[in-house]
Amino acid sequence: MFKHFFKLQWKSFFRSSSFATNLAFKILMVFVVIYFIVVFLSLGIGAYFIIENAGLGDPLRVVNRFLIYYLVMDLYMRYMLQKMPVTNIRPLLYLPIKKNSVVSYSLGKTVLSFFNWSHAFFFIPFSIILLTKDYTPLQVISWHLGIMALFLTNNFLNILINNQDRVFYPLLVVLAVLGISQYYGWFDVTTYTAPIFDAFYDLSWTALISWMLLAMVIWASFRYFRRHMYLDAGLALKKQEGKTEDYVWLNRFGNLGTFLKNDIKLIRRNKRSRTTVIVSLLFLFYGLIFFTGPYEKFPIAYVFAGIFTSGGFLFTFGQYVPSWDSSYYPLMMSQNIRYKEYLSSKWYLIIIATLISTFLAVFYLYFGWKTYLAILVGAIYNIGVNSYLVLWGGAYVKTPIDLTTNKKAFGDKQAFNGKTLLLTIPKLILPLLIFWIGDRIWNQTAGYLMVALAGVIGFAFKDLAFKQIEKVYKKEKYKTLSAYREKAA
Amino acid sequence: MIQAKELTKKYGSQTVLDLPELIIPKGESFGLVGNNGAGKTTFFSLLLDLIQPTTGGIDNNGVLVQQSEAWKPFTAAFIDESFLIGYLTPEEYFYFIGELRGQSRAEVDALMHSFEDFFHGEILNQKKYLRDLSKGNQKKVGITATFIGNPEVIILDEPFANLDPTTQIRLKGIIKELTQNREITALISSHDLVHVTEVCERIVVLDKGAVVRDIQTSPETLKELEDFFAG
Repeated sequence: MFKHFFKLQWKSFFRSSSFATNLAFKILMVFVVIYFIVVFLSLGIGAYFIIENAGLGDPLRVVNRFLIYYLVMDLYMRYMLQKMPVTNIRPLLYLPIKKNSVVSYSLGKTVLSFFNWSHAFFFIPFSIILLTKDYTPLQVISWHLGIMALFLTNNFLNILINNQDRVFYPLLVVLAVLGISQYYGWFDVTTYTAPIFDAFYDLSWTALISWMLLAMVIWASFRYFRRHMYLDAGLALKKQEGKTEDYVWLNRFGNLGTFLKNDIKLIRRNKRSRTTVIVSLLFLFYGLIFFTGPYEKFPIAYVFAGIFTSGGFLFTFGQYVPSWDSSYYPLMMSQNIRYKEYLSSKWYLIIIATLISTFLAVFYLYFGWKTYLAILVGAIYNIGVNSYLVLWGGAYVKTPIDLTTNKKAFGDKQAFNGKTLLLTIPKLILPLLIFWIGDRIWNQTAGYLMVALAGVIGFAFKDLAFKQIEKVYKKEKYKTLSAYREKAA
Repeated sequence: MIQAKELTKKYGSQTVLDLPELIIPKGESFGLVGNNGAGKTTFFSLLLDLIQPTTGGIDNNGVLVQQSEAWKPFTAAFIDESFLIGYLTPEEYFYFIGELRGQSRAEVDALMHSFEDFFHGEILNQKKYLRDLSKGNQKKVGITATFIGNPEVIILDEPFANLDPTTQIRLKGIIKELTQNREITALISSHDLVHVTEVCERIVVLDKGAVVRDIQTSPETLKELEDFFAG
């Protein structure tokens, strides 16, 4: 039986359209994977020494202390990204295959996911380092196995809690509160959780408990799926209760308001777009990498960081205009709609989001006014120049978006075509160049001012820019329509 | 009046549509029949400027659709579910179309009220997004949305498919009523010969992209069509 399943899986992998992708992207993906593996590996090897040198205490205990956050982050990432095993079950229901084997196959498949084995790159080297130090080998092994079982438990927990937004988001809030409390020293959840992980080491037999926990969640998810393997139960596509909403305050903007209303609904009611907004919020913290640490001496990195920090939404959402409307693009193209209004609404959305990001980034003032100035300058450039460029680039992307799934939410091969790649030059490199010139001739502040000036000039040419973008959209219309249809067929 | 001239559409060496001349007078209820791949949807897509013709063009009430967008205000179409916005409720979708066509909410509400029979209590106030409606109900929404804003040209691709018998009968009533004052040009394609002969005064049969029959509907039309497709 498993031979059949395996064959199906094999074909679905090699015949998937994403497999027949261009070589450049494949190489890029390999590099990304290698990058992550190297990061994990070096963390795994280095963590012990970093903690020891920093004088934080016994490295194992320190890792145990923060393990609860690691585990929860893992669960969170899984929830957002890991694909559910149910998707391919439907066609198997009608075939003479025992339900039990379908379920065990589907669940078993999830164990092989990247989310499970990626952690090994951290924990295996870390455990090996522990073994070379003065830790008792048997206890290290029990600790290691205990922790691994917990990550697998996460795998199955994710299967059980998936699609339960009501449980999930409150949980996230609780966690954020706990994290902040710990940071400010009000309440430290790790004093309660660390002893549990410590026990895996101190009392080896306790690691068995985590394996029992794993067995329990496996059993629970097996039972859950076995019971719900009906089209109207577990395999039913989740339906949301529809609410008719009217954002009356947008009516004053006329036709523009009509589109804005739609775009707000688009973002709020679809999984894919919600994820994008969450990701764009993460961009806010991008600056932390640049404003602290070794980059401090390179002001040019500040400009780069400023553009990314304020432009999260611009880059994540903007680059897929008009693909957000791909599922009903023929309607948009045959309705009484002028391109200008359509594009304006998207543009305003990007501008508003950039302003909000800039406002939320106020906390960077903590690093000094120059840091926040970099973000302000980045925001001005984003509004004045990059907002047009993403809309322009979007015309060439032509990747249909399935709004209801998170698939491909983190990058897509087709987004990497020559034209969009070319457009990143003015998006990122041009402002750096402008800054560099200003910095060279006068000083850092002048460099900032020049980048901001470029933004202001761009803003002044809005009508002209829109006319050009409109032309591109019109020219690309038929190609775009047929590209969007391909997915539907 | 809709006029196609020297209109061809080719994909590679394959000709999918070839209409030297086709004139649809204003107010006509025009039926388009043909087997799969006959070119019905291609013709409609060309008329809506969703695809580009290889040669020739279409004139929609004095507007060359390949050159100007001025046909959009008076033309409404429902081709397939790509004309629906899945994450809206039916009401929101109607209002959205209404706003694009300069209709107030009250006007849209009044129009929808007149379709309550057709909706059969399954569309309005259902607390469902369009993507969660059944295929048939989605179709009802798409078809009714084309009536918003007093369009002069209505294009419906396979409107009867996927509908239950009651709804089919009601839809026929609606189309007949709509076209009886001869102010609205209705273009309807269908695989169902009975329905199309009932609502259309003229029927054009396409086969492999070419017009093979052009009939003014009469009591004998159904028989004639059946003979054609049987052979």
